[in-house]
Amino acid sequence: MKYLSDQISLRLDAGRCIGCGLCETVCPHGVFLVQRGKAQIRDRDACIECGACARNCPVDAIAVDSGVGCAQAIINGLLTGQETCCGERSCCGAKPTEKRRAGLIP
Amino acid sequence: MFVTANYKLSFDHLRRALAGIDGWILALDTKGVNVWCAAGEGNFSTEELVRRLRDVQLDQVVSHRNLILPQLAAPGVNAFEATKLSGFRVVYGPVYARDLPRFLAAGCTATTDMRRVHFRWHERLAVAPLELVIHFKRALLAGLALALLAGISPAGFSWSRMTSLGGLALALWVAAYVLAGLLGPLLLPWLPMRAFALKGAALGAALAAAGLATFGASWPFLRMAAWLLLVATGTSFLLLNFTGCTTFTSPSGVRREVRWALPAQSAGAAIGLAAWALAGWQMP
Ligand code: SF4
Ligand code: SF4
Repeated sequence: MKYLSDQISLRLDAGRCIGCGLCETVCPHGVFLVQRGKAQIRDRDACIECGACARNCPVDAIAVDSGVGCAQAIINGLLTGQETCCGERSCCGAKPTEKRRAGLIP
Repeated sequence: MFVTANYKLSFDHLRRALAGIDGWILALDTKGVNVWCAAGEGNFSTEELVRRLRDVQLDQVVSHRNLILPQLAAPGVNAFEATKLSGFRVVYGPVYARDLPRFLAAGCTATTDMRRVHFRWHERLAVAPLELVIHFKRALLAGLALALLAGISPAGFSWSRMTSLGGLALALWVAAYVLAGLLGPLLLPWLPMRAFALKGAALGAALAAAGLATFGASWPFLRMAAWLLLVATGTSFLLLNFTGCTTFTSPSGVRREVRWALPAQSAGAAIGLAAWALAGWQMP
């Protein structure tokens, strides 16, 4: 399953990459492919902007605006003009709970 | 040594998967939140990991220096930094704890499949009821409003019309709501288009058409059109909200979709309601 195309904020600076392979390892959607010592973006549209790759790249070759993907949070954010929020206690508290109940999250 | 969150289910999954395997479990304090969300929120973090390792003096407990983290902890943990700060080698295990035995048997290597988050039909169905419950009150109010409006005609307000026509509309509305809430997530991969709002609208239109064909075939044209628009708008909103429950939508994408879908849905609801009310004047 794929979501919208060309909306992803993921950026890779291949010049910096040292080919450690971590980005490929941590990505839950197989966005990266590391070949011959260089990472490349194989499937940009599959990215969910979770931020795992950027967090783990040892040379900061990856940047991505990670955040909350919950429509309710974004709607609230647009209506109130405030930051979109996430978390157990706030607007979209239901989301993690329900994902867990479904066993989607280990 | 396996690291997890102090969310009960996470811990239980891990413990079950490790049955018969010799190892330690280190539970980080993630305030009772699961691994993925805690990593996203910053509670399952490099700092928490290093602090916890120091607190329990793990280097005194075990002689090896290997930690296996769940892959979904990666949004919060920087493996290189954690290794540097703690002296323990940090390795990312599979996404799902149940794959750990195979992961270990393969010498701590994960297959491509173990590295992926899935969203299979039973998982989609399992998250569906929540959306239904969250929005049920709103949906019910909307249905009641429709029933009320159905009672109005040039002759004034008619109680019997409200109960007959309005009651039917209310029943159909709730049926469409529940069906959309279950079928939407279930049929997600097969609904046309990628935007959830459009998927929802398509599903809603189909449901409304089916409802009309069965129960509303004698309705005047305007009422039918209004019905189609209203149901499609409602299900569109419902599915748009479902983006938060999926494992494959991106915040940038949702933000962009909300920007155009919300105004469109508001317009759809306004036009639909007006047409629905006006249809009272068409009825004999
Ligand atoms: S942000 Fe997440 S989904 Fe996107 S490429 Fe990085 S690890 Fe993969
Ligand atoms: S994590 Fe960074 S350095 Fe390592 S392969 Fe990916 S982009 Fe290259």
